[in-house]
Amino acid sequence: MSETVEFAEGVTLADVRRVAELANLELTAEEEPRMQRDLNAILGHVAQLNELDTTGVEPMAQVGQMLALPKDEVGRALRLDEVRPSVNRAAVMASAPESDGRFFKVPKVIER
Amino acid sequence: MYETNFKMLTIDEAKAAASATELAERHYALIAAEDGPVSQGTTGKGINSFLALSRDRALAQAAKVDAARAAGQDLGPLAGVPIGIKDVLTMTGSPATAGSLILKGYLPPYDATAVTKLEAAGAVLLGKINCDEFAMGSSNENSAYGPVKNPKALDRVPGGSSGGSAAAVAAGFAAATLGTDTGGSIRQPAAFCGVVGVLPTYGRVSRYGLIAFASSLDRVGPFTANVKDAATMLQVLAGKDPLDATTSDQPVGDYVGALAKPVDGLRIGVPAEYFGEGLDPEIRAAIERALDGLKSLGCTIVPVHLKHTAYAIPTYYVIATAEASSNLQRFDGVRFGHRSGDSKTLSAMFKKTREEGFGPEVKRRILLGTYALSAGYYDAYYKKAQQVRALLTRDFLEAFESCDVIVGPMTPTPAFRLGEKTDDPVAMYLADIYSVAASLAGICGMSVPCGETAEGLPIGVQIMGKHFDEATMLRVGQAIETLQNAAG
Repeated sequence: MSETVEFAEGVTLADVRRVAELANLELTAEEEPRMQRDLNAILGHVAQLNELDTTGVEPMAQVGQMLALPKDEVGRALRLDEVRPSVNRAAVMASAPESDGRFFKVPKVIER
Repeated sequence: MYETNFKMLTIDEAKAAASATELAERHYALIAAEDGPVSQGTTGKGINSFLALSRDRALAQAAKVDAARAAGQDLGPLAGVPIGIKDVLTMTGSPATAGSLILKGYLPPYDATAVTKLEAAGAVLLGKINCDEFAMGSSNENSAYGPVKNPKALDRVPGGSSGGSAAAVAAGFAAATLGTDTGGSIRQPAAFCGVVGVLPTYGRVSRYGLIAFASSLDRVGPFTANVKDAATMLQVLAGKDPLDATTSDQPVGDYVGALAKPVDGLRIGVPAEYFGEGLDPEIRAAIERALDGLKSLGCTIVPVHLKHTAYAIPTYYVIATAEASSNLQRFDGVRFGHRSGDSKTLSAMFKKTREEGFGPEVKRRILLGTYALSAGYYDAYYKKAQQVRALLTRDFLEAFESCDVIVGPMTPTPAFRLGEKTDDPVAMYLADIYSVAASLAGICGMSVPCGETAEGLPIGVQIMGKHFDEATMLRVGQAIETLQNAAG
């Protein structure tokens, strides 16, 4: 039996707002209908993927899994776990929008 | 008929200059005259490829090269060669904007490994180069810092997202540039601007210091005036990097040495799917001429099938946007770049910062990617696309059982006009129809100039190689280039 894959009927304005909320984006009133139109156009094109039967095909997350390369089970790809100089903290903090030199400062998270 | 009088600079020409300092100054003068936006009062062609110049750093490096030359010391393979860096890679002392307002003025605290390697080889890094915002685009029109003009045809786009990098080489502002390619962003602009662009195998070149777009696809690679220079650049850039766990420890080939080997006996795969409807007839004719030329050199032409090609674009736009929606969450106004003023809460600050900082294409892709990953749609979009990605990759692995490289057109059309596709995202995405499959499969690829249309627009031929077999790909690229130069 082939896997059932159902595509959405179409993206509504409410969908656009919900996804914008998930993505921490605040769209303007002009942007919302434009994004709705574009997402529907792009997803309409993406719907072609439904023509293919992918039953039993292992999803490919990255290239290495498709090559017959030996699996790195002992973490050879990782650098040695040893102390080494890190990036310069003063340089990092200098690029922050607001900082006291040691920490990043942000608006209140919890109202009291 | 398009005609501009820009002259490209080769690495050999750059290294033959008596003084690296004078060469750098000459290139800064050329950039000042011809690159600055016309709106800022320059009288030249206003290509707009450079976003920031790193004069102090470049001139210090040039002085070092000149001193080493005067002292008779060994010089590196790129000694004194003027090079530009796409503004998605970090370079201390220069802002890294990724073409976005959200990173305006951001000064990165470390160098990308590719930048470190180029300088260690003697390169003089002139500055940072314009690109589509966060490397998302096929025309360079999505940059927050203005579009780039194609030096070969000033009313046309240079391609994207590394449009500025291709344009800077085509205009002779730099002998080479670094670009990045996620779905075609090196190869497509190389074809549009008539320069060489190389997409190395996934894992071949370090991405440490690259501002991430889609991590399972992003790659760093060079633009150059010819194939030999591309081999020289790749030789410097390639290799395992302890700072990037996705780099491979596969041995690095002898790319420059490989170019001396003749191509006779090589099997050239030609995929029927790359010659279908929508391919410009002049481009088709140019590619067929290149294939005839390879045959005359003793190559065998082997028909191959990449039967899922038509599904590459939709697969790409699900996977790339899903990864982008995750990667770009880090731009929130807390640690770097733009922060929206006077928000009362943290959550309001995140949203306002991102609303003000991101351009429309970046927002579109974040929304699409978030949608594809959201509850209820994950299997239908993201998992499905990952499965088709496996099929597309299998197509290549099977095709490479009967051939050594695959050759076809790089783009379906030559460079289109500025503004022509900005209102239609799907039409814009289809400009990458021949480039995205290689991106998804992780194989290497390159674009080599292959003549011009009757109007004078550059045509690029695409050569795709097996994973980690850049050497054979470059050999074939050079053979086509030699045939092309002989044909005039």
